[in-house]
Amino acid sequence: MYVAVKGGEAAIGNAHQLLAEDRRGNPDVPELSVAQIREQMSYGVDRVMTEGSVYDPDLAALALKQARGDQVEAIFLLRAYRTTLPRLAVTRPIDTAAMQVSRRISSCFKDMPGGQLLGPTFDYTHRLLDFALEAEGAVPQAEGKGSLSDSLPQVVDLLNAEGLIERELPDAEDAPVGDLTREPLMFPAGRDVRLQNLARADEGYLLALGYSTQRGYAKSHPFVGEIRSGAVAVEIDIPELGFAVDIGDITVTECQMINQFKGSKTEAPKFTRGYGLAFGFAERKAMAMSLVDRALRAEELGEDITAPAQDAEFVLYHADNVEASGFVQHLKLPHHVDFQAELTLVRTMRAEIATAQAESEAELAEAAQ
Amino acid sequence: MSVQQNYRTGATLAGYNFAFLDEQTKRMLRRAILKAVAIPGYQVPFGSREMPLPYGWGTGGMQVTAAVIGSKDVLKVIDQGADDTTNAVSIRRFFVRMTNVATTEKTRAATLIQTRHRVPEIPLSEGQILVYQVPIPEPLRWLEPRETETRKMHALSEYGVMHVKLYEDIAQHGHISTAYDYPVVVNGRYLMRCSPIPKFDTPKLNMNPALQLFGAGREKRIYAVPPYTEVKPLDFEDHPFEVERWPESCALCGAGDSFLDEVILDDKGSRMFVCSDTDYCGERREAGHTGRMSAPYKAEAAE
Repeated sequence: MYVAVKGGEAAIGNAHQLLAEDRRGNPDVPELSVAQIREQMSYGVDRVMTEGSVYDPDLAALALKQARGDQVEAIFLLRAYRTTLPRLAVTRPIDTAAMQVSRRISSCFKDMPGGQLLGPTFDYTHRLLDFALEAEGAVPQAEGKGSLSDSLPQVVDLLNAEGLIERELPDAEDAPVGDLTREPLMFPAGRDVRLQNLARADEGYLLALGYSTQRGYAKSHPFVGEIRSGAVAVEIDIPELGFAVDIGDITVTECQMINQFKGSKTEAPKFTRGYGLAFGFAERKAMAMSLVDRALRAEELGEDITAPAQDAEFVLYHADNVEASGFVQHLKLPHHVDFQAELTLVRTMRAEIATAQAESEAELAEAAQ
Repeated sequence: MSVQQNYRTGATLAGYNFAFLDEQTKRMLRRAILKAVAIPGYQVPFGSREMPLPYGWGTGGMQVTAAVIGSKDVLKVIDQGADDTTNAVSIRRFFVRMTNVATTEKTRAATLIQTRHRVPEIPLSEGQILVYQVPIPEPLRWLEPRETETRKMHALSEYGVMHVKLYEDIAQHGHISTAYDYPVVVNGRYLMRCSPIPKFDTPKLNMNPALQLFGAGREKRIYAVPPYTEVKPLDFEDHPFEVERWPESCALCGAGDSFLDEVILDDKGSRMFVCSDTDYCGERREAGHTGRMSAPYKAEAAE
């Protein structure tokens, strides 16, 4: 008779079992292994690592398997695991100039010192479904694997020689770097914190915001100074040894966007920069990030803040898909107490209006007699 | 390291620290809580962690609970006043897995109560802690979306905009049209948002003997109302604060003084009203109270 939500415990247990069964799909089809996901769904793995803030392709592949391919759910799984990990050390800044590049392009110059390398890219493929892939078993072999030197100057640095682009000087070695996973986002947010927020931000959100800057909402005349993807060494300082030790390589994609700057009262016109960095091969993300990073520098560069992409509070508070997904979906939770309070209020207000109307009608009727 | 090993082998949860969070994180949280207690109603920013439940589902309350829970605590978790709503069940199970503490559905027996959207009907007592899950901690948020602005407004006690909002309600509707999340001033200083509790519960915050802690995980804020602190709803002399009333009483226990949920019974619109607080309702029925539609009381198996 009393039908309110009862037996939550049993319902949750059943739902979890159903989920597990559904996740596996048809048992006649062989199960996906984590290694298969890691090797063959690698761009999906890269995104989960980037937004999950952990460089671990195995864990990211496991998260994707558990999440049935749902990226945001997989990112959430990885983040929730990340918070339980101890922090053993802080690495030295990675040196992307010393990257072993598998891809390097610039849209600003026809050629540049060190050369360009297209690498494994979807660019210039015709997006025709390849039905040959349905027949499994082929092991494609690439013949023309190019390679570039191990030390390639950044294209943006080449512009430095003429003073045409703003200089980006590194902070002092011992300067503190913000960390959003330890401290809350506060405003005004420094560029370190903004970039961390954007690196963890939802790719689709950044893509839309970056796109909006190209359509006139905070136009910044962007050019791809350089995009490079490849392996970089990660080093940590060992105080006992007194020098840095290489602990392994990670693959990253970096985008240096060059933007026009009209100049101000005190500064001559020159080019400015937007920066994007992501784990793995995540070019779309890195490019969108660099557009939004540049837009968020409006205040620092003395530009008018007129568009959403320039509004740091708006951009940074809504960028995290784990936060956004949770809060949007919490609307599924029962809200019947608040709803009941609203219901009571609306009924009271409607009753008051009905009474007032009846009274005024009665008065009119009296006056008419 | 044992955490990682356990995770990779998929073995027991024994690799997790007591109450999930590591001790350094708990220390950070306790510092934030102490500051919040020292400045009643002030929102303390803290380094909120990702929890294994989604943001918006009680991660702030869970972090506060994890920071204050001890092995001798007796935990009660409610959502919408009830112990058996799915999210309350889920959070209670999480803490049982992570701490192995005793749980209860009895308000009187609990030392620590985590709640969403309600304050229990049975008055709390000294030594108890009530932890609220808070989605949006900023009482001025609907009036001013920018955090930089609202922090300034709190610093200057510049709350005129909220009075204007309430005044406009009265001018338009004849009374204040805020049914839940009613704005209060704590200890005569800070404007505070009582998580979204119905205004029916708002008076219970005032001079409450229990410690009341508020955790907003996604928004990364903790605030508190220490025991016996004045919590005053904003109102006007000629339009004093009022709580909602129902023309009915609880159909199961006959209570006329509790917050009632409306349950629709069929597609013809017939409905019943029952206590939202399941423990309160159960205790009354146990004591022999009956309502319009109640069957004779039968003790339900304790969890």
